[in-house]
Amino acid sequence: MPRRRRADRVTTPATAAIEATAATPPRGARLRRWAARPGEAVAFGLVALFLLLFLVVPVLTVITVAFQDRATGGFTLAHVGDFLSNDLFMRSFFNSLYVSGMSVVVASLIALPLAYFTTRFEFRGAVLVQTLGVLPLIMPPFAGAVAMGLLFGRTGSVNLLLGDLLDINIPFMEGLNGVIFVQSIHYFPFILLNLVASLRNIDRAMEEAAQNLGSHGFRLFRRIVLPLAMPGYVAGASLVFIKVFDDLATPLLLNVREMLAPQAYLRITSVGLEDPIGYVISVVLILFSVLSLWISSLALRGKDYATVQRGGGGLARRRMGKGQAVAAYALILAILGLVLAPHLGLFLLSIATVWSFAPLPDGYTAAHYARVFAESSQYIANTLLYAGLAGLIDVIVGTTIAYLVLRTRMAGARWLDYLAMSALAVPGLVLGIGYLRTFFGVTLPDGTSLAAFWGMIVLALAIRRLPYALRACTAAMQQISASLEEAAENLGARRLRVVRRIVLPLMTGGLAAGFVTSFATAAVELSATLMLVQSSSDAPLAYGLYVFMQSPAGRGAGAALGIIAVVIVGLSTWLSHLVAERGAGRTSA
Amino acid sequence: MRFVNPVLGRRALGAMAAASLATGARAQGVSGKVTVVTSFSNDVTSPFKRAFEAAHPGTTLEVQNRNTTAGVRFVQETRSNNAVDLFWASAPDAFEVLKRAGLLDVYRPNAQGIPDRIGPYPINDPEGYVTGFAASGYGIMWNERYMRANRLPEPKEWADLAKPAYHDHIIITAPSRSGTTHLTIETILQGEGWEKGWATIKGFSGNLRQITERSFGVPDAVNSGQVGIGIVIDFFAFSAQGAGFPVKFAYPSVTTVVPANIALVKNAPNAAGGRAFIDFLLSTRGQEILLEPTIRRLPVNPAVYAKAPAGYPNPFTGSIGMPSLTFDVSVSEKRYAVVDALYDQLVGTNLEGLKRAAKAIGEAETRLARRDNAQARALLEEARALISAMPVTAEEAASAEVAGAFSGRGGPGPRQAELEQRWAAFAREKYTAAAAKAADAAKAAG
Repeated sequence: MPRRRRADRVTTPATAAIEATAATPPRGARLRRWAARPGEAVAFGLVALFLLLFLVVPVLTVITVAFQDRATGGFTLAHVGDFLSNDLFMRSFFNSLYVSGMSVVVASLIALPLAYFTTRFEFRGAVLVQTLGVLPLIMPPFAGAVAMGLLFGRTGSVNLLLGDLLDINIPFMEGLNGVIFVQSIHYFPFILLNLVASLRNIDRAMEEAAQNLGSHGFRLFRRIVLPLAMPGYVAGASLVFIKVFDDLATPLLLNVREMLAPQAYLRITSVGLEDPIGYVISVVLILFSVLSLWISSLALRGKDYATVQRGGGGLARRRMGKGQAVAAYALILAILGLVLAPHLGLFLLSIATVWSFAPLPDGYTAAHYARVFAESSQYIANTLLYAGLAGLIDVIVGTTIAYLVLRTRMAGARWLDYLAMSALAVPGLVLGIGYLRTFFGVTLPDGTSLAAFWGMIVLALAIRRLPYALRACTAAMQQISASLEEAAENLGARRLRVVRRIVLPLMTGGLAAGFVTSFATAAVELSATLMLVQSSSDAPLAYGLYVFMQSPAGRGAGAALGIIAVVIVGLSTWLSHLVAERGAGRTSA
Repeated sequence: MRFVNPVLGRRALGAMAAASLATGARAQGVSGKVTVVTSFSNDVTSPFKRAFEAAHPGTTLEVQNRNTTAGVRFVQETRSNNAVDLFWASAPDAFEVLKRAGLLDVYRPNAQGIPDRIGPYPINDPEGYVTGFAASGYGIMWNERYMRANRLPEPKEWADLAKPAYHDHIIITAPSRSGTTHLTIETILQGEGWEKGWATIKGFSGNLRQITERSFGVPDAVNSGQVGIGIVIDFFAFSAQGAGFPVKFAYPSVTTVVPANIALVKNAPNAAGGRAFIDFLLSTRGQEILLEPTIRRLPVNPAVYAKAPAGYPNPFTGSIGMPSLTFDVSVSEKRYAVVDALYDQLVGTNLEGLKRAAKAIGEAETRLARRDNAQARALLEEARALISAMPVTAEEAASAEVAGAFSGRGGPGPRQAELEQRWAAFAREKYTAAAAKAADAAKAAG
């Protein structure tokens, strides 16, 4: 509960009393953090080693070029100076900043109604809505871009129809605003997932107490519900911000180069050029990601979001009046229609014979699916295995870091958090090259290289998607009051048992959200994968998609593979929602 | 509650792990495995894989698809324990990088009947590191439906693309992203000379809709009708036609026909198998596979064209390419990175400014077409000269000072980033001035 801002608000005694109760844990308990225990020190060491080995060392082997004098090999800041004195890079920097900020705003506008209506009211199909809401995260590389262009491009279906009917052309996919449009559609699930998890964790008693004291309607939402759900919102919003800041696929798709991430990418991937500026930009991206994370943590600092009780699964569900229900369903359908349009386009592409300069394909066929199943079923099994393992690693490491940061006194814990988050800013190609550099020389007992082992793909995926799971786990743990754990310890439970029996069950929703985001996005990761795949029998789906999308005849098959990815990830998301619901039910029992 | 993986039950996970280990074991230890890193799609590699494995029973061709950048990096980074036999791609520059880094091995295949040159370009590396197996020419591809809807005439020459009618309808890959686009630019520069060549290049660049960062982005956009006209390598258009897309293609008279290549990687684990595959590519059987509708590249063996379908372009009869043009490889090599950087700075980062100037010139032209005016014509010529102006001469571009900044070597002279900043500022200033001059011309024309 944000105590700090209480003074500058007009408060009735009644709500003030509730707000005081809402921040239940006594101050002393909150401040008295646990001293480092041997187990925690070991956990810290293991996580630090993991990050060092699979993130820091590989990345450092590549980006030290940024500070190297070409002639002498010594240290220099000349390249950083070049970066700062270059108009293009400065312009790119501010463009990136603007686009990221605006994307957070637009993504919030999309995510808030979806999250609010489905958790707040008795809403038929809430799980379905929340599942569908995750799908935009799974935009398969290349195929998704083609589908978006076919729908929203200058000569996409929408504009062709608008041109015929009204003689207008809406530049959905032009310039910086186009980037904001596509990024918001693509990444709003980060906010949705984390916000839903947060809303579910709010104690119903808080709300009821406020109602008993006369607060209701929007005021209730603004003063009680929204502030209590803040950790989830901030977790999601900071992810959107950093991700948009570091993302290169969408700007490149829309042909916007004057942003930092595409500038770095274009320079790093030029054949045969060792241009240090690309790596300088990478360093800037990493530093800035950490900085914005620090700022977002300031937003939550000094406030306590934990509640002691865990009432029956979050907010009281209400019934909507008929008019309200119609309006709510209409709004949600409209939003879902917009955000799922790319997937509709992808589906059409996957069953199209030829689709060119026309609102709809010329004809339909199932041949692409037949081709995909005949040629590339191994990709699907590999993807499930790799992304599943990566998601699992992320949730475990993420929970550990969240625990160390929030529950221990350890000085370095917060740095683990920042370090893990910096993975968001490392271009996949840099990580891939770093892995080859670091691990290729290591040979396995059978003589092959360690970098050729498929497990390395899993680790690369885990590192790249760790930030998503980490934010979700942190938000979930922020909502749990430490006094529950103290109570358990007072009753004689050992620390590990407390974590296992009290903390983890209470975090289930957040863990599921973390797993889903990591899993879903790992399933379509390409840039690091493309570097590390060494035989097509070990390749995941994104690689197969890439291979298909390099030829005109493979466009439909690529789209079909993309649809399969979407279906797989959608089903997994739905399953994990079910698990989360069941978990929540069991805890309250 | 115990934490269980919410998506996969433990049993399913275990089963999958086991399955994946099994496939891993299968992939290893097969004798006669030939590993090839390639940027070519499945449509190209699969027919060759099938035919090669049939011709050499007991061998398997392991195809690793990577884009050219990732492929080059992969071979570079894994040199200590190389597991790749062959590198197989279009972009000549990628081979150049690998050759210079000492990562390739010499192999001169013993195929018969293959000439030294195709058009102005040598088919094989003179030192024997790189072998050309197919040729492709650069040209103009367009979407017929798009052209009809926008009432655009079919273009024939590079200069046509500079006409105002095509404004905002053209797409290209940056030469720094695509070795083949680089060769097109370099061919125009060598065919027309540095100053005039750049004027032609900037002329059509002022009509660009997009500059993509990957070569396949160009045919993708034209196939789906996002952009009307693409500057592409021929087989992109031919294979799109093969897949049923409503596209057409033309070779302008100034074009190069460049070889797509294959090379043996140094310390190849299966060098004998690698050589066998190169020989197979150049055999009559291998060359005939190039004619298949999904591949459609030009064989380097002139005799094979006898089996080609009617109307198949043949670079050896002079139906494409400019026989008079000689392509000087040493000139190209010296200024390779400089040409790329010049395009990136003068066109890439200044595309908006260039387009604005081109559009203003187009509008003035339209007015002049209605009523001629000598003063306006003179102003328009000044505007054109401003656009064509170059920050460096041909001699400077090849000089040690400028080219050295891009070579990765240290030493005196400006750094790459400094030069780029200077060139970008130069172009921005000229384009702004050109747009102003063109506006004046339009006013003068009335």
